[in-house]
Amino acid sequence: MTQKAFPILEARGLVKLFGRVVGLDDVDLALYPGEVLAVIGDNGAGKSTLIKCLSGALVPDRGGILVNGAEVQFKRPQDARDAGIETVYQNLAVAPALDIASNLFLAREIRRKGPLGSVLRMLDTGEMKRQSADNIKRLGISTLQNIGQAVETLSGGQRQAVAVARAAAFGSKVVILDEPTAALGVRETAQVLRLVRDLRANGLAVILISHNMPNVFEVADRIHIQRLGACAGVITPKTHSMEDAVAIMTGARKLERT
Amino acid sequence: MTISIDGEAAPATAEDFLNRPPTVAQRVHSVLHRQPALSPAVVLILAGVAFGLLNSRFYHLQNLSLVAQQVAVVGALAAGQTLVILTAGIDLSIGAVMVLSSLVMSKLVFDQHLPGAAALLVGAAIAILAQAVNGLLVTRIKLPPFIVTLGTLSVFTAVTLIYAKGQTVTLQPGAFLLWTGNTVSLGALHLTYGVLLMIGLYIVIGFALRYTAWGRHLYAVGDDAEASRLAGISVNRVLLSAYMVAGLAIAVAAWILVGRVGGGDPNSGLNANLESITAVVIGGTSLFGGRGAVLGSLIGALIVQVFDNGLALAGLDPNYQVLAVGLLVIAAVSVDQWIRSVKA
Repeated sequence: MTQKAFPILEARGLVKLFGRVVGLDDVDLALYPGEVLAVIGDNGAGKSTLIKCLSGALVPDRGGILVNGAEVQFKRPQDARDAGIETVYQNLAVAPALDIASNLFLAREIRRKGPLGSVLRMLDTGEMKRQSADNIKRLGISTLQNIGQAVETLSGGQRQAVAVARAAAFGSKVVILDEPTAALGVRETAQVLRLVRDLRANGLAVILISHNMPNVFEVADRIHIQRLGACAGVITPKTHSMEDAVAIMTGARKLERT
Repeated sequence: MTISIDGEAAPATAEDFLNRPPTVAQRVHSVLHRQPALSPAVVLILAGVAFGLLNSRFYHLQNLSLVAQQVAVVGALAAGQTLVILTAGIDLSIGAVMVLSSLVMSKLVFDQHLPGAAALLVGAAIAILAQAVNGLLVTRIKLPPFIVTLGTLSVFTAVTLIYAKGQTVTLQPGAFLLWTGNTVSLGALHLTYGVLLMIGLYIVIGFALRYTAWGRHLYAVGDDAEASRLAGISVNRVLLSAYMVAGLAIAVAAWILVGRVGGGDPNSGLNANLESITAVVIGGTSLFGGRGAVLGSLIGALIVQVFDNGLALAGLDPNYQVLAVGLLVIAAVSVDQWIRSVKA
């Protein structure tokens, strides 16, 4: 953990309302390069709303987002992606009828070289398949064998692997994972956790949203706890136990500010 | 079942079951899944064989040429309709826009004495503009495409009738706009330039859908609009472009229509709206979006025309064609449901 470094992604005073329902209530968050920050919280605590604001899927009503210390306005998911922030959404943003390679390169397709690409705008499907296979191999995802398979023919865990592979392959600064292991078996969960560590080893910052306390305590450097739309505190696996985390999450205990 | 020699436990039963060889139904399913135009192609071939047995004149090149000429207008229109339906939309106004566009083309030449090429461009612009209106209502006001185009169907039909003042326009023989009706002979096959134009349209749209990012985004948006948005696709831009490119296909259809009727007729193409949808559905494109191929729509349009032509040649009541088309639509949608429901 490199606390002395400058946060690569920072949120200040985020507020998001859905009608009368408070989604986020003045939430701060700081993410440093090369760390895994877990975000935990009960259902409706604002975890997904928080990361949707950070990934451009929602626009906060108030508050600011800073990338490398510079204020940014994310109006669309593409804005966040352009800033180097990749997200794996809980509901898996994949197009079921398209194949794995097409999904990996969705909205950033590679065109052919020469006039076929520049004039006829023809896609280089071979190159995209090759790079997809490379990426999946590099990430050590063994569950995806046939790169030309339609995503809808895959199991939940395999779809998850596609979404994670997409984020990991293209994220240049930050990778956000919303419940990446919720649909996975034990073996696949271990793979995703290893992937998270690999990303950190490569200098990327990772935000991991999860319900699974053992997973969180296994990989996270710091843990941001959401409660009722607000941040109830930030702890580390070294200083606090799982019981502490659950107690803070459910409001059984207040975190004494250190 | 694999039982290893050294007596180790066999693999789990479930895994064994999962890896069992696919049944015939599963294989058919997986092939149809990848090639949605295959089942209409089979229907077309079977219909061709049946009608050929009923009356051998069906196979005369003269007769096949006639079928091709008759299919050109609806075929071109169905290419545009396919784009809209792939986005999980539907365009009920497509035929009305075509008639409006064809009337604008003819009247500009007839009344305003504009050169044919200029009239063609204005007529095409009207078609694209009308489709932009449809697209903007769908993307900006967020109305369901069915409602939008049901409304604009009436609007465009009314505008056409008001503009035409109840009159048909007959162009001078040899006029530029009638070029699409001119015959081009390939041996004994007598096609019109309109038929060739329609085939060209299918090649262009087929290429764009299959080999460009735009085509892939169109499928993705029709498949799951929210997932596409999160993946970084400008969903509204893709939707609007689908309607406007359909406008281009409508303009081609309008030009072919002018060539067929010899000018502009506000009462032509009355059934073209539904005929284009029928062709797309029979062609295996899913009404729920994200699935299908433009080639299927051409096959679908051909099936309808072949039934019409074949039943007439066989001396059967032409009402059987209406019956057959209705059954085919239901069968096609049932097949689509089956393809969508079972996961391979």
